[in-house]
Amino acid sequence: MKPIETKQEYSNYVDQKSPNSPILKNCFNAFWVGGLICSIGQILFDFCKFKGLDETSSSSIVSIVLIGIAAILTGLNIFNKIGKFAGAGSLVPITGFANSIVSPAIEYKSEGYVMGVGGKMFTVAGPVLVFGISASVIIGIIYTFFV
Amino acid sequence: MEFFQSIDWMQMLRCFVVGGLICIIGQILIDKTKLTPARILVIFVTTGAILGGLGIYKYLIDFAGCGATVPLTGFGANLAKGAIQEVQNSGLLGAFIGGVKMSAGGIAAAVFFGYIASLIAKPKIKKQ
Repeated sequence: MKPIETKQEYSNYVDQKSPNSPILKNCFNAFWVGGLICSIGQILFDFCKFKGLDETSSSSIVSIVLIGIAAILTGLNIFNKIGKFAGAGSLVPITGFANSIVSPAIEYKSEGYVMGVGGKMFTVAGPVLVFGISASVIIGIIYTFFV
Repeated sequence: MEFFQSIDWMQMLRCFVVGGLICIIGQILIDKTKLTPARILVIFVTTGAILGGLGIYKYLIDFAGCGATVPLTGFGANLAKGAIQEVQNSGLLGAFIGGVKMSAGGIAAAVFFGYIASLIAKPKIKKQ
């Protein structure tokens, strides 16, 4: 076998060797699992409103409950199995955010409860919060001066 | 039960379809690009915040309910919505308070449940 010299050759080599992921099947699974998670959220939301809560509180409760469930399921190693099957279907809903906190935290548990769990929790969630909150601050500033 | 009679099934269907479609966008990003999941989450939150800031995302929320709010784009849109609302109440200060205030429940839950779940979990032993 001739040695791989350029990046292009390497990327061709990788494409050749890695199995083609069946994109249609993946999209189908992502669609129905993602849709289902959102529907569970909707039922919760309707239930909160049925109990007389306002929209803001209801959607906070939906986030809190979904995040709580996803965190516990990740801790029990069930969520990762769902994630393997559903791909973006469980990653894109807010459940993926919870999963992205718990997964690295478990992995680095051996480094201790403060810097290991407490620090590594934010390897993925950190960037999400940095960009999300920064965007909201910028939007607020723009809104203050230009709208 | 009275609650189940009150469910709007058309609303539920719209929620399912829109939520599913947003996930399909994520799946296409995973399969067709070399973006890591972390970057995809960042892209979704930032896109949501921008769409929320432009006032576009709220039409999707009106249409699909939790189908639009549960995906991470909804989290971003919620941050932007909070910032704008708070700016209307308290001026520039609101730009810094509003976003986090609006999504405080989600952030605190993620930190708290995330830590608790990590404590109860046993680290997997990797097979060599």
